[in-house]
Amino acid sequence: MSLDVTQVLLSAQSADGAIRKHAEESLKQFQEQNLPGFLLSLSSELANEEKPEESRRLAGLILKNALDAKEQHRKNELFQRWLALDAGAKAQIKGLLLQTLTSPVASARSTASQVIAKVAGIEIPQKQWPELIGSLLANIHQVQPNVKQATLETLGYLCEEVSPDAVDQDQVNKILTAVVQGMNASEANSDVRLAATRALYNALGFAQVNFSNDMERDYIMRVVCEATQSPEVKIRQAAFECLVAISSTYYDKLATYMQDIFNITAKAVRGDEESVALQAIEFWSSICDEEIDILDEYSSEFTADSDVPCYYFIKQALPALVPMLLETLLKQEEDQDLDEGAWNLAMAGGTCLGLVARTVGDDIVPLVMPFVEENITKSEWRQREAATYAFGSILEGPSADKLAPLVNVALGFMLSALMKDPSNHVKDTTAWTLGRIFEFLHGSALETPPIITAENCQQILTVLLHSMKDVPNVAEKACGALYFLAQGYVDAGSASPLSPFFQDIVQNLLMVTHREDAGESRLRTAAYETLNEVVRCSTEVTAPIVMQLVPVIMVELHQTLETEKLSTDEREKRSELQGLLCGCLQVIIQKLGGMESTKYSFLQYADQMMDLFLRVFACRNATVHEEAMLAIGALAYAAGPNFAKYMAQFYQYLEMGLQNFEEYQVCAITVGVVGDLCRALEDKILPFCDGIMTQLLKDLSSNQLHRSVKPPIFSCFGDIALAIGENFEKYLIYAMPMLQSAADLSAHTTATDDEMLDYTNQLRNGILEAYSGILQGFKSSPKTQLLMPYAPHIIQFLDALYNGKDMDDTVMKTAIGVLGDLADTLGVHAGLLINQSTSSLAFLEECLASDDPLVKESAEWARIAISRAVSG
Amino acid sequence: MAPPPEPRRPYKRPAISDQQRRRELALQAQSARRADAQARARALATSLLTTQAPAAATSRHEEEEEYDEHEEEEHEHELTVAGAAAAAASRLRGSDARRWFARQIMLPEWMVDAPPHLATDWHIFARPSGKRCLVVSSNGMTISRVRNGSILHHFPSALPNGSKRDISGPASSYSILDCIFHEPDETYYIIDMICWRGYSLYDCTAEFRFFWVNSKIAETSAGDPPSTCHRYRFSALPVYDCTLEGLQAAYSGSMPYVKDGLLFYNKHAHYQAGITPLALVWKDENCSQYVIDTDNKGEIPSEQHLVLELLEDGRVVTSDYPPVAFGSLDSAFIQKSNLRPGNLLRFAVRDESVKLVDGKMQIGQLQFVGKPNRARAFADSHSKVLFQYAARHVPLRIEDLVASIQSNSMELESTDVEMQD
Repeated sequence: MSLDVTQVLLSAQSADGAIRKHAEESLKQFQEQNLPGFLLSLSSELANEEKPEESRRLAGLILKNALDAKEQHRKNELFQRWLALDAGAKAQIKGLLLQTLTSPVASARSTASQVIAKVAGIEIPQKQWPELIGSLLANIHQVQPNVKQATLETLGYLCEEVSPDAVDQDQVNKILTAVVQGMNASEANSDVRLAATRALYNALGFAQVNFSNDMERDYIMRVVCEATQSPEVKIRQAAFECLVAISSTYYDKLATYMQDIFNITAKAVRGDEESVALQAIEFWSSICDEEIDILDEYSSEFTADSDVPCYYFIKQALPALVPMLLETLLKQEEDQDLDEGAWNLAMAGGTCLGLVARTVGDDIVPLVMPFVEENITKSEWRQREAATYAFGSILEGPSADKLAPLVNVALGFMLSALMKDPSNHVKDTTAWTLGRIFEFLHGSALETPPIITAENCQQILTVLLHSMKDVPNVAEKACGALYFLAQGYVDAGSASPLSPFFQDIVQNLLMVTHREDAGESRLRTAAYETLNEVVRCSTEVTAPIVMQLVPVIMVELHQTLETEKLSTDEREKRSELQGLLCGCLQVIIQKLGGMESTKYSFLQYADQMMDLFLRVFACRNATVHEEAMLAIGALAYAAGPNFAKYMAQFYQYLEMGLQNFEEYQVCAITVGVVGDLCRALEDKILPFCDGIMTQLLKDLSSNQLHRSVKPPIFSCFGDIALAIGENFEKYLIYAMPMLQSAADLSAHTTATDDEMLDYTNQLRNGILEAYSGILQGFKSSPKTQLLMPYAPHIIQFLDALYNGKDMDDTVMKTAIGVLGDLADTLGVHAGLLINQSTSSLAFLEECLASDDPLVKESAEWARIAISRAVSG
Repeated sequence: MAPPPEPRRPYKRPAISDQQRRRELALQAQSARRADAQARARALATSLLTTQAPAAATSRHEEEEEYDEHEEEEHEHELTVAGAAAAAASRLRGSDARRWFARQIMLPEWMVDAPPHLATDWHIFARPSGKRCLVVSSNGMTISRVRNGSILHHFPSALPNGSKRDISGPASSYSILDCIFHEPDETYYIIDMICWRGYSLYDCTAEFRFFWVNSKIAETSAGDPPSTCHRYRFSALPVYDCTLEGLQAAYSGSMPYVKDGLLFYNKHAHYQAGITPLALVWKDENCSQYVIDTDNKGEIPSEQHLVLELLEDGRVVTSDYPPVAFGSLDSAFIQKSNLRPGNLLRFAVRDESVKLVDGKMQIGQLQFVGKPNRARAFADSHSKVLFQYAARHVPLRIEDLVASIQSNSMELESTDVEMQD
């Protein structure tokens, strides 16, 4: 079996599809027949200086893909496969890789760096390849700059792949020393210096100890700051990227450097190349992010003080920082609003200004207003736009008291600018600013006198509806403004000043969706989203108009299903439109199906609507599935038991949704819809339960399914049991062991971070909801006894939760409810167990004394149920 | 791990995605419905009043023995759990619990005949169209529950201790209002007051309670338009003496709300939980959209329908206390149709099988139609069945009410023997 690896690798990059396919087949075969041999020949290819660059690069790439994958479960497989490989082969491969670092060919070196880091990512946590870091560090002392550069690059990738706690502090120190030395101004070769700077970016996470030591930190900071002054633009940019990363990782260590950093960043913002200046601004945005988070924690009364104190860097820098940012606003590019991907100095500066406003609140207003007043009437569009953007940026953060008088004055000006300003750019920003006014300074939650009154509301609407006919980017912002205007009236009831114009608003939005150019600037999406919000905030008075919308949207959805023979691009557009239309129908179903006065007349459309949704399912696209699924859930809830007649046809799609591991959002939504169906159909869901339960159990056992779907699946068990009662009997032997092992796991997880704790609590809540539904489902059934064997474990789970002390209020509420359910369903048998349990009663006492009314309510229920059970 | 590279920040984009919002709203709705379904399963409603309204229970000495279970509950909340010797709540199970909750609200009988002395002894007001509910404010929180016990709203209000902002006196002192939530203007119209700042109004006459509603609502800012700490407006109703003028005002006068019939309250009646003849409801097409009952589809069936509850012994009965049986089902049918005691069942009645004997209705044959809408928590009352029957055949008309008031006033002048009922 001799295979010319070089030739196959070259063929695999051939322009001829047939040749390429054949080559890929051969590679695949080789890999399947002899994995160590395959990997070995690839690494030999990569290391061989006589081979062409193209085949070497591809060899490295295939190696890399044999070691890592995006998907967690595939990744684990590859890790295990590598670890199981013959030690001799692995040693040979690793030797060849290290050898490649000294290659004169840059692309071969770079590919080898990445592969080495992947191998390190697998082996170092297993305490294998202990000599790697030593041999890399030995390379640093070599003379050839290309070896030095490749080695630093490898160290950087290695830090990205390996967790800091897998490496000894001693080795960390050596890595950092090597990297920082490479960054030093004394390093003559700029490729080496750039590689070192980029490596530091990745190595910062390893430097906790070093940043706590004043001398070491001073040294690192000095080298980074010096690198921002390098003659090479790439080095300057990489150095600023390091500063940005330092600002978030080591916020609390920055106080002594802030003055210097301000000077460096100000110089870069004012004079350096854009790529560098953008990172300099990003530094300040990142500081804002940190301070906003810290101040958020300060103000939330339920958590203890933040671990990190706020140093108020932004507040101190304010008098110098704000003028610097305002200058950037004047550096707009022509037509930046037409380019979705645009990101320039003016955009970054404006975004930072908005973050500064959120950080310092009222203090920013006097610093920005003179700039606004001076520029807003200038003849140059850049000045008018910058002034408007500055004003729009500070609307979130400062108090309504401070802003209301300014906005009252500005509103009329803005409305007329949106109608009359000759510049599209100015109009775009003006409409966006109006949207911000409505978002932050309008609505019943505000204490200040309303800015939008019945009098000016009509004028605002006239202007917004007019602007919806403007160029797409302006029209999109006008839709956005209307979205927030409507949202502000969500609590206004029948008094909503929008009611008299409802028909006009709806018609104008529909017109926008039909514009030829609605595909630009996401205009069509914005129009439908606004329509949704307008419907959500509508009242009974305007219900007849919403009712008229039903056939209109249905016809549109129908039309998308009639088109045939589409190109890929057209099909994608059609899917997007179908998603929007299903989303819109979902909102309408919730609205009309939720009001007694409209429900029955609305449900006359149910048959046709269901027919459309089923046809949408036939077009395979994840987003559309999700939207149609959500709409069906809403429809099932509105239709109640009558939904049963659609089940036979709908079931196959429900099952498909539950099998959709890849697009887990679809799976999650479908699980939620099963819950809706249970509540709508009650015992009429029984014929479908075998299929549904089989699928849910498969989902739970799969390690491919995203973990976020698992808690809702458990809750769904509860929904099913509550709907079908004692018929749940046959699923007990499958569901209960799964619940038990998940319960054990979740009770004894010690969460290392907030996200983990959050997930653990979601999981606990799901498990408890399952128990609750099952217990209540069996209540007053002669088969109650079937649950007895499971009761001790449930009590143990509750005890473990109580003793763990890390459940949130939601879990507490559900948990104490389950205790009540146990007592309620199992009566005196549960009473005995509860009396014997270590902490049930203490748990109950604690819940009864809770400040949370829902916990308390649940506890009161449990108390009554337990009293009854204990007394027999 | 190394810090990830900063994502490009959103520029001039609304921070939310509507799709994400739709997803979140759907999830919220699902979890709220799950909680609701669970609450129903637990008949959680039983606990709201056992625990939050002890004073309500203490003040009912005069009530008949059927309520004595509440007397025991007042002590129950003081018992420690460990020693819980299980008070009377233990008797409340399933449909009993549901019926018990229903009995917390004073429910009017349907007016089939006009009572005497309307003008002197009765108040009248137009009933707002909407959901009847009990609103309880305490501990900085206001909760409204509809008759089947599910929560309608959970919100801050300007009622005493109804929001975190406005805690006065002991935070646990509660107020309980009997309201109708009127959807179009999102207002709670107060039809009665059961407790105010922890003291009970059970023992007070209707006349006094109506007076109290007006003055107390004026004292608080509960009548103000909604704000952050006051999500829904509360409003008292115009209550009239049931004279010709009062009847006229309630029947044809313009009200800020959509009417659903007229309510008559005897001035001297105490607040009595459950169905009482001292409060009456009457309606015709002019003052209500819902005179004749509709079926599950919202249509008026050709034959009268009624909803009854199945008992253990197979009898099907009204929601009255004691219940009135209209028939019974044989056990084979119960088994075949998978019915259980406590189930509510919908029946159709042929006109020719109805007989009226001494003001009571007797039905020869009931035809089983199915189970009613599952939001239904209670069977029909006897007077409702009777009213529905009358509405389809010989309705009590507004002219009859007018005539009754006129004859009452004549009666005042003459001291004649009472005319017939």
